[in-house]
Amino acid sequence: MSRQCFSLHVNGECRMVEAYPMERLLDVLRDGLGLTGTKEGCGEGECGACSVLIDGELVNSCLVPVAQVNGTEIVTIEGVAAGQHLHPAQQAFLTCGGAQCGMCTPGMIMATVYLLKKYPQPTSDQIREGLNGNLCRCTGYMRIFEAVEKAAVQGQGE
Amino acid sequence: MEAFRSFSRPGEPPSIGEYLGKERIVGTPALRKEGVAKVRGSARYIDDISFPGMIFGATVRSSIARGRIQKIEFGEGVIWDEFIVVSAKDIPGENAIALINKDWPCLAADRVNHPEEPILLLAHPDRHLLPKAVAAVRIEYEVLPSVHSMEESERGDVIVWGADNVFKKFLIDNGNVDAAWDQADFIVEGEYTTGAQEHLYIDNNGAIAAYTPDEGLTIWGSMQCPFYAHKSLVCLTGLPEDKVRIIQVETGGAFGGKEDYPSMIGAHAALLAMKSGRPVKIMYDRMEDMVATTKRHPSRTRIRTAVTKEGKLLAADIDFTTDGGAYSTLSATVLSRGTIHAGGAYYWPNIRVRSKALATNCPPHGAFRGFGAPQSLFAMERHMDRVASAIGMSPEELRRRNFLRPGLATATGQKISEDVNLEHLLARALTISGYSAKRERFSRENIRAKKKKGIGIAAFLHGSGFTGSGERYLNSVAGMDATAEGKLRVLVSSTEFGQGTNTILCQIAAESLGIDYDAVEMAPPDTGIVPNSGPTVASRTSMIVGKLVHSAAIGLRQTLQASGLLGESWTTPEFCEAAKTHVAKYGALRSDSRYEPPVDVHWDDQTYRGEAYAAYAWAVYVAEVTVDMLTYGVTVDDFVAVQEVGRVLNPTLATGQIEGGVAQGIGYALYEKVQWERGRMANGQMTNYIIPTSQDIPPIRVFFEEMPFGHGAYGAKGIGELPMDGPAPAILNAVSHATDTDFNAIPLLAEDICLRLALRQTVPVEAVAV
Repeated sequence: MSRQCFSLHVNGECRMVEAYPMERLLDVLRDGLGLTGTKEGCGEGECGACSVLIDGELVNSCLVPVAQVNGTEIVTIEGVAAGQHLHPAQQAFLTCGGAQCGMCTPGMIMATVYLLKKYPQPTSDQIREGLNGNLCRCTGYMRIFEAVEKAAVQGQGE
Repeated sequence: MEAFRSFSRPGEPPSIGEYLGKERIVGTPALRKEGVAKVRGSARYIDDISFPGMIFGATVRSSIARGRIQKIEFGEGVIWDEFIVVSAKDIPGENAIALINKDWPCLAADRVNHPEEPILLLAHPDRHLLPKAVAAVRIEYEVLPSVHSMEESERGDVIVWGADNVFKKFLIDNGNVDAAWDQADFIVEGEYTTGAQEHLYIDNNGAIAAYTPDEGLTIWGSMQCPFYAHKSLVCLTGLPEDKVRIIQVETGGAFGGKEDYPSMIGAHAALLAMKSGRPVKIMYDRMEDMVATTKRHPSRTRIRTAVTKEGKLLAADIDFTTDGGAYSTLSATVLSRGTIHAGGAYYWPNIRVRSKALATNCPPHGAFRGFGAPQSLFAMERHMDRVASAIGMSPEELRRRNFLRPGLATATGQKISEDVNLEHLLARALTISGYSAKRERFSRENIRAKKKKGIGIAAFLHGSGFTGSGERYLNSVAGMDATAEGKLRVLVSSTEFGQGTNTILCQIAAESLGIDYDAVEMAPPDTGIVPNSGPTVASRTSMIVGKLVHSAAIGLRQTLQASGLLGESWTTPEFCEAAKTHVAKYGALRSDSRYEPPVDVHWDDQTYRGEAYAAYAWAVYVAEVTVDMLTYGVTVDDFVAVQEVGRVLNPTLATGQIEGGVAQGIGYALYEKVQWERGRMANGQMTNYIIPTSQDIPPIRVFFEEMPFGHGAYGAKGIGELPMDGPAPAILNAVSHATDTDFNAIPLLAEDICLRLALRQTVPVEAVAV
């Protein structure tokens, strides 16, 4: 199959990109649009490093063919901060030590943004469940849980 | 360039009183240096980097465990003219990844010794075409007999390495073990085994190479040890040392898994780049990374101990054996650390440790956080519970009566000079975890319970830095310089891969210079720029490299003061301005510091006696578990980690190191099982190789005792590997408590417990489904 032109709404901008229809959204974001903040960890939907929001839903972009996202609103880690101003989740991951090697961090922050939208004041169980699709090999998750709780508190003031 | 000697001269360690409480930066939760880039997603890992004209490489690998390559055919359906193809014949220098030995080929020339061994390299501008091309290469072999267990290897019916399948042997013999058996009230024996473990860093291995005859070879990679890769690439290419440059890029986790193998991938990318004349990227996907690269050495430990009825340990006879895989790589040094740690945190009047690393036909096993110590310490800490049970004493009391204390000697005859107090660590851990009441209550309630609960402990130590003479041989150098803009830079080859190297070294530098943390940055980890501060392994960065940075910083400050540009006190802007002026006036401002071993540290490589490590970290961990008697699943309900790691340089990072290590230890104990099929990992996916998720981890409660150590930077010792040692034995002790059954092998999966408890049989390895 030949490459086709797709019109994607990514991080509030309309972007045109050429891709094979069955190409993974992950590759289109990274190679086609240069948005390398979205990471590949496993390529089979286990680790969540490639998490993005599609129309507000948390999705593993390694499992989504680009043909499926024509006309949707996509948010990647690059679209989370407001310019120089970090999102409360990003700030909390930074101050709490929620990021170590940083490879799961973009996906983990996307999952946190999604979780806090669903539960602005999540319980401990909701945090553990909400992040269970995002694997971290460095932190043992404790600093991440703390970051989510802190972001929830800070998010109230936003 | 003026070289400055180590600040703390041998024999005159700085007084601890000078350190504590006076620092502005060391000891604070300074924010991770590269943290903003990581939370924004702008940090650039190897797969995020590309160059104009860059093409992509892939590896054709062995499909068999052992054999002779008879014929290689390039199948139909691929336009082979478009591909760059590299074989062993294209290697300009030695066909070896140079580590301790040179037995590890870069590309198999005529025979293979393990599944997934690299044979050919392909490159093409369109990476989507590579998988099909790799599959189209047909290789015919004459299959040779292969070896797939330690038992087969030591039996020696089939010799697959050297004269006897033995990579390395060690013997520690202290006192008279054979005379002790007669004096014993009890003799307790046991065999303990540990499985392979995959690092599973989220950032797969990858490298980019570029080559021109004028500029030489440059490798960018996800790695721990740029100078290891440098040494290896010089050997492989035959290029002069200054024509090989290695640059570490942001590395998304390593845990030892990026100690040796990046030299292999870098070598492959280099060969393709040299043949094609274009930059080449090789990026492994998850399965290739899992099946082809290194894992933790599987091990088998047999322990026989003599003990009195009062719980005094009289003697230990330990046989520690590891599976090294097909080539020697790092097996000798992993074995060495495991051997030295085999006696655990106890005083043995008589101890003998016989150890060996054996060859089998699986990919070479390599470094993994703990480096042999988690294996032998698992055995010792399980054994201690079994000894306690045999003599009718509580596990904590048996340990308490035999702890190493200042003045007592380790198995290698090293007299403990640190002010360690394991009894205090134990008491604190027991109190925090509510151990005694729980132990008693669980024992009482478990008899009828459908969900049985257990609580177990592990006490242990971990040596900081290279073993024995290692640090002397490394002879590391760290430096500091100033840029033309007056920015102060730390110059080291020590790399950041999540553990916090950038942050703690900048904290140490800023503290030593008397300026703000934000005014110090890291020079790029590029062998063309930084001195060789040694590999980033062995829990050596805080203690050894940190101390060198401290000395280099003081040297730089003294140079500025001697030049008259800096007075007796200064603000950060004044210091930076003085540095800037110095660079403008004299061309450079740089200070280097070279490692000097403490005078009281001696080691004899021949007899394996002496100070094995300049310092140890010490810990007592407590795990609380539930075993569901319906599913046989184990959950860890609570985890308490109490440790003494010298001075804590950054509490957030230090806590994160412990928590992360404990989580990996929980995986090692209960989840992570490598399924071998004739030397090949059959479950090389995250779908079927299971690591703990956010829902599998208990509250991990971390506590530090701070006892600054004189020879480390601001009193720091090693920390990174320590938390890998304790969780597995603490958890197995807890499971054994819960079920009143001895479990002596990890990983311990639900099916293992089921077969043992429901069917009362030991688990045959082959019987367990993926």
